[in-house]
Amino acid sequence: MIPISAYLVVAAVLFGIGTVGVLTSRNLIIVFMSVELMLNAGNLVLIAFSRALNVLDGHVFVFLVLTVAAAEAAVGLAMLITLYRNRETVNIDRFDLLKW
Amino acid sequence: MTLDLVIFLISSVVAVFGATMMITQRNPIASVLFMILSLLAQAVLYIQLGALFMGAVLVIVYAGAILVLFLFVIMLLNLRGHESLGQPSPPISLTIKYALAVLFVLELIMVVKSSFSSDLFADAGSPGVMVMQTDTFGAANDVAVLLFQRYLYPFELTSILLLVAVVGAVILAHRSRDDDGPVDAASSGESEGKAAE
Repeated sequence: MIPISAYLVVAAVLFGIGTVGVLTSRNLIIVFMSVELMLNAGNLVLIAFSRALNVLDGHVFVFLVLTVAAAEAAVGLAMLITLYRNRETVNIDRFDLLKW
Repeated sequence: MTLDLVIFLISSVVAVFGATMMITQRNPIASVLFMILSLLAQAVLYIQLGALFMGAVLVIVYAGAILVLFLFVIMLLNLRGHESLGQPSPPISLTIKYALAVLFVLELIMVVKSSFSSDLFADAGSPGVMVMQTDTFGAANDVAVLLFQRYLYPFELTSILLLVAVVGAVILAHRSRDDDGPVDAASSGESEGKAAE
């Protein structure tokens, strides 16, 4: 039987890849998908602990996180379309109006 | 090597591979397709952990709906991967970013290691060892009972969240450039009304 720590390490690596994507990518869509990947890594941890502790509550949390991710994706992509209409680019370095 | 271990190794390698390719692709369509590959491998991990229902939901909702939404937006904006993305970041900044991410992953792995040397999970048997499951663990039936009894209020609140998201998405994306005046005023008035509520 695979120990739970193996799943946690996989989730940590996926979360780290998501972090690299958010920090280094210059395409807004890829940054956005990296955030989704980080959410999924968190979900994997919830599922693994749910299994290890033999309670189902983690599955319900994952369900709620998926719902929030869906809502976030819908609103975020709408904002992306609006940004693209105004600036004609998906380069995240160009959206620097609030940068000091 | 048991079959369990083989499945775990293959699907975790595919999940990490898909995620790595996702952030390194230049073409956003290829990026989305690699993300779907990674999600399918993660769904295998879910199912291996006994979460049958959540694995199905991950494939249906994430791979089937959210990432198709991404593809749809990429098609709408006509992104083909050869847009100018400006100057690449200077190498020193890139190095710092990668170092931060690697440190972060190492830290998470250290946390995993140190937690399982303590007796944090003493009441779940010996640390890090999974409890034997019944056959129906994670089936839709049991999740539904929990979801509609103990977590009924959070579940109902998500429907309000989805409603707000739908309204917000429509207001944001509907604003057209040609007739800015009346449409813009109406939609901004509406969004202020939502914020006030």
